[in-house]
Amino acid sequence: MKTVEEINEKIKKGKALVLTAEEVIDFVRQKGSKRAAEQVDIVTTGTFGPMCSSGAYFNVGHSKPRIKIGGGKAYLNGVPAYTGLAAVDIFLGATAIPDDDPRNAVFPGQFSYGGGHVIEELVAGKEVRLTATAYGTDCYPRKRIETRISLADMNEAVLFNPRNCYQNYNVAVNVSDRAIYTYMGVLQPRLGNANYCSAGQLNPLFCDPLYRTIGIGTRIFLGGGMGYVIWNGTQHNPCVPRTDLGMPRVPAGTIALIGDLKGMHPRWLRGTSFRGYGVNLTVGIGIPIPIVDEEILVQAAVRDEDIVTQIVDYSQSYPQRESESLGEVTYAQLKSGEITVDGKEVPTASLSSYAMAREIADILKEWIQGGQFFLAKCVQRLPSRDSGIVFKGLQEKPFRTRNPI
Amino acid sequence: MPTTKIVLRFPPELTDQPVTYKLIKEYDLMVNILRGHITPKEEGMLVLELTGKKKQLNQGMKYLANLGVETQRLSKDIRWLKDRCTHCTACTSLCPGHALQVERDTMMVNFDRDKCIACEMCITVCPYSAMEVQF
Repeated sequence: MKTVEEINEKIKKGKALVLTAEEVIDFVRQKGSKRAAEQVDIVTTGTFGPMCSSGAYFNVGHSKPRIKIGGGKAYLNGVPAYTGLAAVDIFLGATAIPDDDPRNAVFPGQFSYGGGHVIEELVAGKEVRLTATAYGTDCYPRKRIETRISLADMNEAVLFNPRNCYQNYNVAVNVSDRAIYTYMGVLQPRLGNANYCSAGQLNPLFCDPLYRTIGIGTRIFLGGGMGYVIWNGTQHNPCVPRTDLGMPRVPAGTIALIGDLKGMHPRWLRGTSFRGYGVNLTVGIGIPIPIVDEEILVQAAVRDEDIVTQIVDYSQSYPQRESESLGEVTYAQLKSGEITVDGKEVPTASLSSYAMAREIADILKEWIQGGQFFLAKCVQRLPSRDSGIVFKGLQEKPFRTRNPI
Repeated sequence: MPTTKIVLRFPPELTDQPVTYKLIKEYDLMVNILRGHITPKEEGMLVLELTGKKKQLNQGMKYLANLGVETQRLSKDIRWLKDRCTHCTACTSLCPGHALQVERDTMMVNFDRDKCIACEMCITVCPYSAMEVQF
């Protein structure tokens, strides 16, 4: 058994053996898991995919005279930001779109610009237009402001993502007769194509499937800079059916992440448009797994052929919240370019970039080997499969009217 | 031998004319049908790639014009903006000409312009606006 402290000491001395989640697969094949666990100190992981529960909060600084944007209205490049915080604290969500965006009025809508794109532009160093109106108070008399602003002008600019890095996701297909436009991309009729969205064997939460080392306080690569896991993500669902290796067969765990936007890079934070669906933010995440024992090494060395997911119809089953799987496939099958559904050969494609996930795992490995990145031992574990968490749907409870007319 | 891509539009009364047969037999042109949408008695559209001697190509085009078929060179150019591409691969399963393909070792996308038929499906699908069309 190794400790995170011992591993950090090795990093300091430049003696840590760091492998990516792909490299460790061959290492285990050659040396066996027992010897590999003794020799390998850290396994780096990565993922780069659309993650819609993302956003950033900013403190834009006080104007002269002061304005109370809190409780008023604010727009960044025409995209509405949330103002229910302090006077000059605003939150911009990735999926926010301009008030006058036509949405799906002419179907399928383009959704060419929104919160995700504003975040990408800010991280790229560009100026955006901040327009805000306020109701005015004695201490905050100003009612209107229009100004150009960049990240460098702000006090704080913090990436704050309530749900990222989904541990597994469905494979989306369309059994209906017309093309559909979803967050899983354009799905052609009659099983025309199958889209998946996961880095598979490189995904951080597949490499630590029971959240033994990834928890609150874990230091990570986030958007090209450093960030931290701060909570479980929304819809974190650890109590699902799993394989013998502990890999969930359906979407399971999620993590909430935070980091300084000023230290990030637009290569790893991209505004994303899904035709007919909406705007999103594609986030690059990399998490180092400390190899504290043999069990964690065996899991970190998981292969695509050992991870499965479900094929789900997005024309009827998904929108109607009918839980029905059209079959189970492995990520190896998905990455081959073709799977068989109902006896039909269906071409596959991903929405999550494996090539960039690989690059992230490599970058994180370089940071650690270069002594620029030390592991942070988590201060609180995330709820796992013994937590009893039940994933709830929204049960409708009508309001009771006092004077029904 | 020169190759040209053309878009043919047929009015309803011409949709049953064996146009491609004539282009091959009488004008000695190699015909590759890239895309077709023909419903008998309704307007039809064909995207053809014609290869042949320059004189034959010109004569073939004259024949089409005389017949009343509207022709237009396919001058749409699909560009892959590599810097914007994240190699997510979403475009590859929808490309009818297989111009966009995944290189399985690197899991990176490759764009073979020669195979592109300018259907613009990739432009609809690409989440990062990494494909664009130029006229």
